Amino acid sequence: MEPIIELESLSLNFGKLQVLKELNGALAGRAFGLLGPNGAGKSTLLRTLMGFHKPTSGTARVFGKDIRTHAKTNRQDIGFMPENDAFIADMSAIRFVRMLAELSGMPPRMALEKAHEALHFVGLGEARYRKLGEYSLGMKQKAKLAQALVHGPRLLILDEPTNGLDPPARSSMLKLIREIRDSNKVHVIISSHLLADVEEVCEEVVILKEGRLVVYCNLEQERRANRKFLEMETRGQRQDEFVEKIRELGVEVAQVGRRVIKMVLPENVAIRDLYSLASDREVQIRRLDYKRDSLQDIFLKAMETDNLQKLESSLEEREYVSVQA
Amino acid sequence: MSVYKLEYKQYTGPFTPGWSRFLVLTRYAFRGVFRSRWTVALFVIAALPALVFGALIYLRYNATFLDTFGLRISDFVPIDATFFQTYLGVQVGWCWILAAIIGPGLVSPDLANGGLPLYFCRPFSRAEYVIGKGSVLFFLLSAITWIPGLILIFLQTAYGGMGWLLDNLNIPFALVVSSMLWILALTLLALALSAWVKWRMVAGALVFIIVVVLSSFGGMINLLLGTYWGSLIDMPTMNAVVMHYLFQHEQLPGTVPMPAALVSLAVLLLCSLWLLNRRVQAYEVVR
Repeated sequence: MEPIIELESLSLNFGKLQVLKELNGALAGRAFGLLGPNGAGKSTLLRTLMGFHKPTSGTARVFGKDIRTHAKTNRQDIGFMPENDAFIADMSAIRFVRMLAELSGMPPRMALEKAHEALHFVGLGEARYRKLGEYSLGMKQKAKLAQALVHGPRLLILDEPTNGLDPPARSSMLKLIREIRDSNKVHVIISSHLLADVEEVCEEVVILKEGRLVVYCNLEQERRANRKFLEMETRGQRQDEFVEKIRELGVEVAQVGRRVIKMVLPENVAIRDLYSLASDREVQIRRLDYKRDSLQDIFLKAMETDNLQKLESSLEEREYVSVQA
Repeated sequence: MSVYKLEYKQYTGPFTPGWSRFLVLTRYAFRGVFRSRWTVALFVIAALPALVFGALIYLRYNATFLDTFGLRISDFVPIDATFFQTYLGVQVGWCWILAAIIGPGLVSPDLANGGLPLYFCRPFSRAEYVIGKGSVLFFLLSAITWIPGLILIFLQTAYGGMGWLLDNLNIPFALVVSSMLWILALTLLALALSAWVKWRMVAGALVFIIVVVLSSFGGMINLLLGTYWGSLIDMPTMNAVVMHYLFQHEQLPGTVPMPAALVSLAVLLLCSLWLLNRRVQAYEVVR
């Protein structure tokens, strides 16, 4: 599949502060999640792709067009829903969406027709003649989604689309995003710090940390593989020795903190073998669960890993594709 | 199609040419401007002087009127460069008032509501945004300055003959250039202040204050130091100097030379552009 976004040693400095650091990679799926803690550079990366910030070095391509030289033409193919409040208070939703459709190049009559369609699609059909200033937060978010969709973009960039929404509004927004994704006519990028939202909507996830791209994970493949992990909580003085002995059995082991051990058991190792090893080393097994590796686990691991190479090797073991930073 | 059956559909139709899109902003902004009855009333009042000056031209050539009041044509107001300079002098004041009332409402609401990213995430540049918003003031102020001014010249030519026009070719030139210069200065100043303070009312007040306060301050400098260079910060005076030079081909007595006035206005334009460049951005980078 042709990549939607290609990053080529993309770096961005704000004064002396390096915000994006040598990003490389290519994204080609239908829905990507961009994750990272506050200040990781998620929004900055999106804004750079939109052409709002000029890269300090390197470049990126959207649908094969360089953001340095084709920023304006690229924006014809992109619909953007900004994170913060962004509207024109004194305008009705229909006028607002129509005006922005016209600015995208649609003829006035067609813009009006598409504005009606977009507002109906996001569920604001009944409220489309009301002024945006009178809208609730959830409605404003939907109006922002409508303006991002109205001109028929090939790529939809949603920056924190569920920010500040109550549970029903959040669920409705995620449903809309899924519908858009499933239409197969538009690719979606969601930047969020809400892992559950990303997990619900996205097929692929990219994690940013301190301006670096640290993890790429294909959630769809993960779901299909349905890999289960054994999570064990233990107590005892000789835990390290216990972990070492488990490894010797050919088990993939990862220690999460001092007392939690995660592992994938091969077929030839039974749970009673673990009890036996624990008993020999006077280690108590307090809890034993089967779990799927959630996005949260992946995210936390990425955040905890100081050394990128260590992370990459651990991810390779888990069959994740790592992206070279 | 029934509403409940609506699904996401891509637009695949034709697009308007890129160069014309700034006019979308102008069109929408016009609707906003003329929604206020006060603005409409003010605009109508600002257009009245042109009618008065037009009436003067008409009456000057109306034999019945002259006979009724026992006037000779030479007693009446001469239609020359001074006539049109006076007309423009009156309209320059109205331009200032309209720019202070309309200008701040053009950019500040977008900034206050974080609307700028929505414009710039489309194939639409910052320059097009400023041109689109500025065009509102440009068209409105043109409609009360050089456009009716040219109609007055046409009227005078119709009564006075082509000979009058050929003898006074500098008048249409001076009228258009002086008007454009003043409109450009006011438009950029109003947009820049509107982008700077975000609040519409404050920005409007600032357009008044900056002109009045700087004029007064310039006058004080002139008075205290016995010079005329203080006028360099006095926008209306600088405009009057340029206007007088263009209409009369001579220096306005007791003020700075014409090139200095031009430089002063150019500095004002550059400062306004710098401010707009800083503030009209999709996202402001806080370093």
